[in-house]
Amino acid sequence: MTVTSTASPPLSTAKSAVTRPLRRITRHRGDGALAAVFIAPALLGFLVFLLWPTLRGIYLSFTQFNLLTPPRWAGLDNYVRMVNDPVFWESLAVTVEYVVINIGVQTMAALAVAVLMQRLTRSALLRSVVLAPYLVSNVVAGIVWLWMLDTQLGIGNQIIGAFGFEHIPFLTDEAWAIPTIALINVWRHVGYTALLLFAGLQAIPGDVYEAAKVDGASEWRMFWRVTLPLLRPVLAVVLIMTVIGSFQVFDTVAVTTLGGPANATNVLQLYIYNSAFGRFQFGYASAMSVALLAVLSVITVIQYRMTRAGHTDLG
Amino acid sequence: MATVTTTSTATTAAPPRPRARRLPSPGRVLAWAVMIAIVVITLLPFYWILRTALSSNAALTANPSAPLPTDVTTGGFARVFGLQSTKEALAQGGSGSSIDFWRYLLNSVFVSTLITVCQLLFSAMAAYAFARLRWPGRDRVFGLFLAGLMVPAIFTLLPNFVLVKELGLIDSLWGIALPTLFMTPFAVFFLRQFFRNVPREVEEAALLDGAGKVRIFFRVLLPMASTPVTTLAVLTYITAWNDYFWPLMVSSSDSSRVLTVALSVFRSQTPQAGTDWSGLMAATLVAALPMLLLFGAFARRIVNSIGFTGIK
Repeated sequence: MTVTSTASPPLSTAKSAVTRPLRRITRHRGDGALAAVFIAPALLGFLVFLLWPTLRGIYLSFTQFNLLTPPRWAGLDNYVRMVNDPVFWESLAVTVEYVVINIGVQTMAALAVAVLMQRLTRSALLRSVVLAPYLVSNVVAGIVWLWMLDTQLGIGNQIIGAFGFEHIPFLTDEAWAIPTIALINVWRHVGYTALLLFAGLQAIPGDVYEAAKVDGASEWRMFWRVTLPLLRPVLAVVLIMTVIGSFQVFDTVAVTTLGGPANATNVLQLYIYNSAFGRFQFGYASAMSVALLAVLSVITVIQYRMTRAGHTDLG
Repeated sequence: MATVTTTSTATTAAPPRPRARRLPSPGRVLAWAVMIAIVVITLLPFYWILRTALSSNAALTANPSAPLPTDVTTGGFARVFGLQSTKEALAQGGSGSSIDFWRYLLNSVFVSTLITVCQLLFSAMAAYAFARLRWPGRDRVFGLFLAGLMVPAIFTLLPNFVLVKELGLIDSLWGIALPTLFMTPFAVFFLRQFFRNVPREVEEAALLDGAGKVRIFFRVLLPMASTPVTTLAVLTYITAWNDYFWPLMVSSSDSSRVLTVALSVFRSQTPQAGTDWSGLMAATLVAALPMLLLFGAFARRIVNSIGFTGIK
C-alpha cells in the first residue's frame, strides 16, 4: 500500500501535454490491438492467480470446505469458532510476540548498521557481505541456526559452556523458542533492511551535517537531531514493509520447532497451514487468513498515519 | 513522498556525499569494532556450514567446538547426492533413506529459471503497454495492478492451492511455477517506472525510421532496460529459489521436490542416534551456494540499486 502511494506519481497528467503530437501517430498505428497482446499474459496472471484467489479466499472463509467435496455455505460459523478458539488467540499472541521482538531488534540493528556504514565507509564489498544472509532461504537459515544453537553440540552452547554457564535450550524451551526464532530471522533480514535505510541516508544532503558540525554538535547529537528526523519517512515505509513481512512468519518455525514445545511457537501462519493441510478445514483456515489480512491492513493504516509517512522534512 | 521515488536513481548516481568525517578517535575505533563484530556474526554461520559439512558425524559429537573441520570427510556430500550405499550411510550417521540432491537441484533450477524468464518478459511487456501504449482503460487497469500490491502474497496461497489442484497440477513443477509465472505487481510497477523515464525522442526516432512498436520494444527499449532488468532478474531468481511455503503445499514427491522442501524433508528424517548434521550441512551448502555465486557475480550492481523503488 505504501509502495503504491510512494511511487506512483499522478498518472499521466504531466505527460499528456508532451505526448499529444505523438498520439496521432500511435493511434494511427492502432495501439489498442498491440496493447491487448502485450498486456494479455500479465492480465491473465493477475486475474487468475491474484484477484480471483483473493476473492475466493474471502468467499471460502464463509464456507465449510474439506477440498474433496464442494464448499458448503456456513455463514459466520468459522468466524464465531475463531473468536471462541483459544488456540487461535494463543497463536495470535505468539505471533505478536515474535513480531515485536523481531521488528524491534531488527530495526535498531539495521539502523545501527546503516548509520555506521554511512559514517565509516561506502564500501560495496561491505554492503554485499551484510546482504549475504538475505540470499539464503529461511529454511537454510533456520537449519544452520538450529545446529549452531543445539543444546548439546551447538557451537553457541559450547561457548556458553566454556564460560562456565549452563547450556541454554534455545529452541526447545517454551520461553526461549520465540525470541530465538525472532533473532534467527533478524540475522537473515537485517542486511536488506540496513541497505534500504542506507539508501535513505544517502538522500540526506551532506551540508546538513557540515552545518551541524560547525555548530559543534557531537555524532550522537547529530544522529538524534539530524539523521533520525530526516530519515523518518523512509523509516516509516521500511517499518510498514517489515512488519507486514514479519507477521507472515512460517518457514523458520516449520523447520526448527514445528510450533512446539507445547504450542509455544505455533505462529498464526503455521496454525492456518495445519488447519488446512492437517485437518482439511480450508474454510476455517481461510477465515483465519482473512483475520490476518484485516490485522495487517489496520496496522498499515495506523502506522502510516502515525509516522506521517507521506511527508518528508527535506521538502 | 516524491523523494523516495527519486532515491533509486539518486543512489546510483552518487548524490553529494557527506564528506567522510573524522570521528573522535576512540569513537571511531569503537564504531569499527561494532562493525567488525556485525560482520563476524553475519559470516560465522556460513563458515560453520562448511566446517560441519566437511567433518564426520563421529568427530562432531566427540569434538563439538573444534574451529576447524575434524576428521575431514566428504561423506556428507556423498550421502546428499545419493552416492553412498545404505549401509555406508547408516554407519556414518546418515538416515539411510534415499536422497538425491541432483534431482532437487535440477528442479530448483528449472522452476526458478522458468519463473524468472516468463515473469520478467510478461511483466516488461505489460509495463511497456502501461507506460508507452495508448489504449482505453489503461490507467484504471494499472490502478487495479497497484491494488494487487496490497494483498500479502501469503493470503493467496490457500486459494491458489485449491486452484492448482483443480487444474490437476499438484505435485508438478508447473504447479509450483504457475502463480508467479505471469507477473508480479511489483515487477510491472518497477519496470513501468523505468520505461516512463526513457525519453520520447528515442522512440520517435525509431518510429520515423519505420520500426514498428513491437520492434521498438524488443530492439530499443528492452536493451536500454538491461540494468534494471538484470537486477530484477537476479532478485526474482533468488526469491523463487528460496521460496518454501508454496512448494511445500504443492510438492508431495521427489518429482517436484525443490531444494528448500528437500532440506526440510532431510531435516525431519532424523535417525535414532541423532541428527546427521554433517549430511544436513552438506545439503544446506548445496542449496545455498548457487545463490551466493549468482549474487557474487552481480553484487555491486544489486547493492547499488537497492534503493526505494527496490522495495519488495
